[in-house]
Amino acid sequence: MKILLHDIAHARSGDKGNRLNIGVFAYRAEHWPILLEQVTEERVLAIYRHRGATRVVRHVLENIHALNFVIDDLLEGGVNSSLNVDGHGKTNSYRLLGLEVDLPESLAASANVRREIRP
Amino acid sequence: MGCGAGFSGDRVDAPQAVVAAIAASGKRGAIMFETLGERTLALGHLARRNDPNSGYEPLLDEFLRPILPTCVAAAIPIVSNFGAANPMAAAHKIRAAANALGLRALKIAVVSGDDVRESIDLDRLERWEGDDVNDTVPGEIIAANVYLGAQQIAQALRAGAQVVVTGRVADPALALGPLVAHFGWDWNDWDLIAAGTLAGHLLECGAQVSGGYFADPGYKDVPDPANIGFPIAEVSANGDIVMTKPAGTGGRVSTMTVKEQLIYEIHDPANYLTPDVTLDVTGVKIDEIAADRVSVRGARGKPPPRDLKATVCFPGDWLGEAEISYAGPNALARARLAADVVRRRLAMRGLAVRARLDFIGIQSVFDSDTSDLQNAFQGEVPEVRLRLAASAADRDSVKQSVQEVLALYCCGPAGGGGVRTSIHNRIRTASYLVPRHMVRPKVSFL
Repeated sequence: MKILLHDIAHARSGDKGNRLNIGVFAYRAEHWPILLEQVTEERVLAIYRHRGATRVVRHVLENIHALNFVIDDLLEGGVNSSLNVDGHGKTNSYRLLGLEVDLPESLAASANVRREIRP
Repeated sequence: MGCGAGFSGDRVDAPQAVVAAIAASGKRGAIMFETLGERTLALGHLARRNDPNSGYEPLLDEFLRPILPTCVAAAIPIVSNFGAANPMAAAHKIRAAANALGLRALKIAVVSGDDVRESIDLDRLERWEGDDVNDTVPGEIIAANVYLGAQQIAQALRAGAQVVVTGRVADPALALGPLVAHFGWDWNDWDLIAAGTLAGHLLECGAQVSGGYFADPGYKDVPDPANIGFPIAEVSANGDIVMTKPAGTGGRVSTMTVKEQLIYEIHDPANYLTPDVTLDVTGVKIDEIAADRVSVRGARGKPPPRDLKATVCFPGDWLGEAEISYAGPNALARARLAADVVRRRLAMRGLAVRARLDFIGIQSVFDSDTSDLQNAFQGEVPEVRLRLAASAADRDSVKQSVQEVLALYCCGPAGGGGVRTSIHNRIRTASYLVPRHMVRPKVSFL
């Protein structure tokens, strides 16, 4: 079933210059493979490309079941030159959590699913 | 190690519970305050130009006065970068506060040497790779400060300082300094220096590790968020850390809060560069050992980078913002018409600004400067707030642009209300690599 990444993961973003990092964390160990397989550099770049993002590097932290995405050029030059209300880009962790992921039916009961996405 | 503030503007009543908890523990402890963002220092330099006795943390008194008596009585040193652009003036201000509280002969140390504005030649320095290095940087330097490490802080504490005031230092150094001073760790024992740096990294944003910046109702709940306890790291001589917070406070310390902060503003988790050590967190183990007690072990260290990083601040452009609300039937259509009118007016009047129009309530923070997401939105909303952002090197064209939103009151679509406008000057920053031999950090006592 299709769900929001928000149902199985939490996230936090932080900025340095024109580079943003977003840490994404599985709530439960059984969802970790879903993050690894479905939350890819390509998919993350795709949701920020409209703002000029040029590159995404994904670091895997197996020890804490987390992915760290480092995104270049998303912040329109960074907080010193951006015209965005959120010049630091702090809200962007929740754009990433809005990604759809496919949750195997066998794990359906394990997720905090509020809203199944139907085609 | 406790933390009393994670940024300039943090809750000023939070440090008291942290100090009380350390005092009641019967163990040795110190409290750090991290109040110096990248641009905060430039603002300090600008303030100092107008008044040579200013340029330090504006909330210094509010943070310190309530805790100074307990800190002195319980021998809890205070370590902070609230010296900003003028650590010596901050030290004098602390002296005055201490005297007013009857705390005579407080030993206040000042760490200086981070300010390299007079001594560097930017043309001969390498830009840090995280910057857009093709970006040309304008002439006048407002501030240039190197991130110092923890050695001078430790030196000051071993010499008996009760308060250590710094300018720019790496944020985790505010914890590492006291830990090295207490345990006598070898600066070349990389894993221990890494552990102390990790403790500092987890503490440096204050409540962000103890339930602040975390709540997501129904998913991640935080008890009593109006009274979040600021964090305490209980560090052992072998570098093991237990993250916790004062009893009787709100907030939450869990594996989740610690994980979120572990990689906050970190890029490569195997190579977090600080002046004292290169920290690798990929082997860190995080375990909840009791309610609001989380064990953090396994930081690994490697030698630090050859050069130090300096943040250099330059005058930036002017940013003007103006907002107006539309609500009720056909609200979005009226807001879109208003945006169109503003765009046309800026063009008609030849105002040379970079401009962006947001529809707050539909898509704004996630949108591009060209409103791709907003344009794709169809449907009605109960209300929407139109926002213009305009920037330029000259203030006047920004001011004229902002006034076009104000003029919508009488000339724009029906039912617009609640105009607010603001204009402010920005500061640009760039990062450079400075060879260590060019930097001479120093400790002096007031």
